[in-house]
Amino acid sequence: MTASTLKMKTLSIVRKQIFIPIAALLILVVFNLIADPSFFKITYSLSSDGSPILSGYLITILDNASELAILAIGMTLVTAASGGQDISVGAAIAISGSVVLRVLCGDNPRPEEMQASILTAFLISCLVSMLFGAFNGTLVAYFNIQPMIATLILYTAGRSIAAWINNNRLPIISDPSFGYFGTFFPGIPIPTPIFIAVLCMLIIALVLKFTTLGLYTQAVGINPNSAKLNGINPQLVKFITYVIMGLCVAVAGFIKVTRFSTINYSVVAADIEMDAILAVALGGNVLSGGRFNMAASILGAYVIQFLTTTLFKFNVSSAALPAYKAVVVIVLVVLSAPAVREKIGKLRKKITASRLGKEAV
Amino acid sequence: MKIKVNRKGNLERVPMSDTNILLLITIIVFFAMYLAAMIFIGRGFLRFQTFFNILNENAALIILSCGMSIVMITGGIDISVGKLTALVCMSAAVNLDYQGGNVMTAVLLSLGIGLAFGLVQGYLVAYLDIQPFIVTLAGMFFAKGMTTIVNSTQFNVQNEAFVALKNTRIYVPGTGYVNRLGNYVPAYIEIGVVVALAVVVILFILLRWTRIGRSFYAVGGNTQSANMLGINVKRTKFIAYLLCGFLAGIGGFVYFLHVGSGAPSHATGAEMNAIASSIIGGTMLSGGVGNIAGTFFGVLSLSTIKNIVALLGLDDAWWTNITVAAMICIFLVVQSLVLLRKNKNKA
Repeated sequence: MTASTLKMKTLSIVRKQIFIPIAALLILVVFNLIADPSFFKITYSLSSDGSPILSGYLITILDNASELAILAIGMTLVTAASGGQDISVGAAIAISGSVVLRVLCGDNPRPEEMQASILTAFLISCLVSMLFGAFNGTLVAYFNIQPMIATLILYTAGRSIAAWINNNRLPIISDPSFGYFGTFFPGIPIPTPIFIAVLCMLIIALVLKFTTLGLYTQAVGINPNSAKLNGINPQLVKFITYVIMGLCVAVAGFIKVTRFSTINYSVVAADIEMDAILAVALGGNVLSGGRFNMAASILGAYVIQFLTTTLFKFNVSSAALPAYKAVVVIVLVVLSAPAVREKIGKLRKKITASRLGKEAV
Repeated sequence: MKIKVNRKGNLERVPMSDTNILLLITIIVFFAMYLAAMIFIGRGFLRFQTFFNILNENAALIILSCGMSIVMITGGIDISVGKLTALVCMSAAVNLDYQGGNVMTAVLLSLGIGLAFGLVQGYLVAYLDIQPFIVTLAGMFFAKGMTTIVNSTQFNVQNEAFVALKNTRIYVPGTGYVNRLGNYVPAYIEIGVVVALAVVVILFILLRWTRIGRSFYAVGGNTQSANMLGINVKRTKFIAYLLCGFLAGIGGFVYFLHVGSGAPSHATGAEMNAIASSIIGGTMLSGGVGNIAGTFFGVLSLSTIKNIVALLGLDDAWWTNITVAAMICIFLVVQSLVLLRKNKNKA
């Protein structure tokens, strides 16, 4: 292989969209390797009730990023189709979690046994979340309201609705089998949320591969009018992406509520919408809609969690965490901004040109 | 409604611009709502002081919303203003009480922080072409984290000169009322309100009659045609963010003047309230449409509905938010229907 083809190959990799999150991930990995290699140690131990569990920072990252990765799926579709973001996901998670608890607990906030099966509760919360998604979708698709503004409504009301669902109480479920979904199934050493997240990714991969959803969302996002001329109903496509977002929210909310077997609707999943949008942006997707790369978005979600866990490891207090996160985010987006890339490219050309010039002399 | 002579020589109605239609809706709704409150609730709403209290409590929000509107008119968004307000409050409080500063240094510090945020965010958005949502999201995270790094606990400022300024009340003659004991209680506004009103008037003039003000609309309406008109699009966007940051600095100090303390939890959700007020005031996130007067009435409408809900005894914690959300929803739907219908007529 000659040098020029090698150069071309590296260039084509660098130009690929998924390069941004991978590079960010690599930087974080290298940083951690240098700072403290024990970051990557995974230990195998027995939990208090005797079942085997794996623990370590990597497992923590994979575990805690599950909700974000699932939300990133919905957010990517919403962004691609409607050219805007759903900022109500945090509030919607509060709603879906509250619905699960309401169905399981009934009127009693401290029930001895669950009033319904977990599956029923989950399905009902899916239905409710999809209804709220449909509400957002209607506003965006049929009333032509900008997504961020339309979802501002649910963002404002969501946590209040969640409080209202449970009569302002915080129910707790004592049945341990409920907690299996958010922690460990007995006998399986890997946290359950990881399985749920992988399952969601598999489903969306299959859907994108075997249906026209991906093609239609991109077509609508790039130009709704020409999509319409090609026989696609842009309003319906936008609407559907918001309903899918609702489904993602229900799954994420289910994980959140099973982690602690309860929910504090005023703080649960606070600011998660910002992280989800960040995941989409870190994946190199244009926030104004059009083409998208699902794998890059999901990877973006893991990058964010990796960063958060790394910062926690270095004893950054959780309140000061956002400041460091902001600096990293700004550096990442500035480096990946087209204007900056162009400038760097020009600079490199100049340097090589001057070097060549010197050689010629 | 304006009338003009068309090409055939017939008189023809000139359709109102989107900005004016939305402004009209907002003003009508505000007055209708306040009037309804006066008639059906009476009590406090019949006093001037209630209205002045709405102003006193929302002076900072008015200033923040004005900045937000300008950015929204250029087609961008700035979600950092709420946390920036908290940062300004905390920094000013620390400056006054722990670093031996006086009111003047606190004001300068506030404006400086606001300008610095506006400068960086504006540069990143306008010249490096990064999506405004992401830039200001990072700004929001940064401000949030910095606030706790500056000081992590809430405390009230003791500085005498500042407390005196905070308690200064400007009595408005002829608006007081006689209480049950027969004493005359004059109605007052705080200094922040004067600042806010001045900001509204200045920005109204700026947006309506100056070159840069019209450039904001042109850039927001259509970047390419603005470019063809010879407007420096990048500089215009930059100035919009700079102005928004500067106004957040002013708004932050006004907020500080109202609450008199520094706390990481200050002004939580103020960015969303500012966006909501701008929308209710008829500013559209897609850019090119909006009005400062509308934003002013947007803030008033938003806080009036909150007051009404509280006075109706529905303050079961969740009712306020649900009502506000319902109000935004209705406004959005009405706006969208009006604009859809108008565009249909055009086509």
